[in-house]
Amino acid sequence: MATTTADTHDMIPADAQGRPYAVAATFDSTSDLLSAIRSVRKKGYRKLDALTPFPVHGIDEALGESRSKLGYLIAAAAVVGILAAQFLQWWTAAVDYPLIIGGKPFYAVEFSIPITFELMVLLASFAAVFGMLAFNGLPRFNHPVFNYSNYSRATDDGFVLVVERDGNHFEPSAIVELLNGLGGKNTEVVHEDA
Amino acid sequence: MADLAIKPNTQLDLLETTIDQPLVTGIPTYHSVTESVSSIVEDRPTRFWFILLAATSSVMLMLFVMLGYLVATGIGVWGNNIPIAWAWDITNFVWWIGIGHAGTLISAILFLLRQRWRTAINRAAEAMTLFAVACAAIYPVFHTGRPWRAVYWLLPYPNTMQMWLNFRSPLEWDVFAVSTYGTVSLLFWYVGLLPDLATIRDRAVGLRRQIYGFFSLGWRGSANHWKHYELAYLVLAGLSTPLVLSVHSIVSFDFATSILPGWHTTIFPPYFVAGAVFSGFGMVLTLLIITRKALNLEHLITLKHIDYMCKVMLATSMIVGYSYATEYFIAWFSAVDGERFAFYNRITGPYAWAAWSMILCNVVAPLPLWWKAVRANITLVFIITIFVNIGMWFERFVIIAISLHRDFLPSSWEYFHPTYVDICTFIGSMGLFLTLYLLFIKFVPMIAIAEVKGAIAQDIEKGAHH
Repeated sequence: MATTTADTHDMIPADAQGRPYAVAATFDSTSDLLSAIRSVRKKGYRKLDALTPFPVHGIDEALGESRSKLGYLIAAAAVVGILAAQFLQWWTAAVDYPLIIGGKPFYAVEFSIPITFELMVLLASFAAVFGMLAFNGLPRFNHPVFNYSNYSRATDDGFVLVVERDGNHFEPSAIVELLNGLGGKNTEVVHEDA
Repeated sequence: MADLAIKPNTQLDLLETTIDQPLVTGIPTYHSVTESVSSIVEDRPTRFWFILLAATSSVMLMLFVMLGYLVATGIGVWGNNIPIAWAWDITNFVWWIGIGHAGTLISAILFLLRQRWRTAINRAAEAMTLFAVACAAIYPVFHTGRPWRAVYWLLPYPNTMQMWLNFRSPLEWDVFAVSTYGTVSLLFWYVGLLPDLATIRDRAVGLRRQIYGFFSLGWRGSANHWKHYELAYLVLAGLSTPLVLSVHSIVSFDFATSILPGWHTTIFPPYFVAGAVFSGFGMVLTLLIITRKALNLEHLITLKHIDYMCKVMLATSMIVGYSYATEYFIAWFSAVDGERFAFYNRITGPYAWAAWSMILCNVVAPLPLWWKAVRANITLVFIITIFVNIGMWFERFVIIAISLHRDFLPSSWEYFHPTYVDICTFIGSMGLFLTLYLLFIKFVPMIAIAEVKGAIAQDIEKGAHH
């Protein structure tokens, strides 16, 4: 596929697409991507995203991203799991339905541990997985970046840098030039769906 | 990745991967990894695959017929009866649960230990965990005779009988342990799959694209996605590590908290966990040796992976053998007649053939793995893994049936004979396992594409730039 430039979007009928969403370019290696991110940020662009086939070490620092807050949610879920398991075992066996079995106490910390542990793990895992999806806004089946003609390389062997529209001030041609200068390939303006 | 903090390690990693057997052979690129894994899912299934599927699903059908017969008739169609109230059903349950342990061990513990070699085998091993847990769940659920009513006495829910469960029983702990294990393994597996399903989606067209698009949940590979994803994956690994150790510990409590000689021992939790890992690696090796050959994946699942898995198998075999010895020592040292009799009877009584088969398969057969030449010989490794699979089944049978068959009153002594329903149900559960595995390798990327790329990124980019 030939390297396209800013005028790509002019070749497609303008009424078929929405307003420009971002400029995207593909890089061939993680190091090229990281140095491109740093250069673009130096130019003052802040709304950046990178689409990569695997997690790239150091990309959050380069993008200026904070650490994930997911851990707090998981910790809270784990505490809920512990409390729920303790309440379940104490209330059902010692309060609501006390039954003498083998002369054992109705409730004791010792025998409540296995189920407490399992429920903690279960709820924390739910929080990790569904929290991760929620934080990422998934499932979401349509997204403007899917309109990037070279998108499929982002889950194969390409490292895509996306410079998103930041407010109303958006000059695609300047960004295209910048990304091409940094070695970006298939640089093009990505539009929202019409 | 090459220009960041991990640079000092790059040299070491290259040394490790070039001097010894490499993790990925040939000259890989990101694209070649995508190609070789995706093509398995994308190529038309071969005639051989269809023949295998027809065979395994016929065996699976036998399982369903047997279970239908059991439900329609009653659990008397199984051979277990007092005193051997637990026989093949619980033996098979523990055997299958044990097989499931390798998947989570590989995906969780080796992940936390930063063992990069796991990436080529973790997906398939995790899938085996799920299928093994599904096979295991059949036995306790159908042992209730009326599986749709099992919920009454398995799960706590407010009911019109105003009864609650007995949380003092390890059998109830088992319900929580196994169901949590199954659920968390499924989540762990699916989270790992998301980026790879997106890879398949982006290569597909038409209906396939829609289906893989649906299951990949719209994954974009955005840096923000990966940020939360990596934390979620790390936490899941951290949670699964104690979980996998807890599951077989709790399974062993089913026996250890009873007062039966042969069961009532404190060594059971670690002994069961080591045995589970041992049998799990046995089964993973058995299937992966066949799979890598059949699907031409020798460059991704290399001799190095097989070598490492053999070492884990050898180590756990030693632990299992040591546990056998400890059991005998403690039986003698305790000076308890019942305990001494149980263990003397185990190796000299009517079931001596089972006990000696267990020792031969689990302790003696893996010994050749001490030699590197044996670990590099795929045929020998395959034969040893078959011994391990059989031996670990015997271990559970020995513990369960031999301990039960000599009741406290000699008038109740009995010898267990499986019925044809026992046998066909067990063989049928293997059909279910293999059918699910065959469907898995054809429809799901069986090697973690994103993880393999991450693991070899330094090597690839170093090669490309210099």
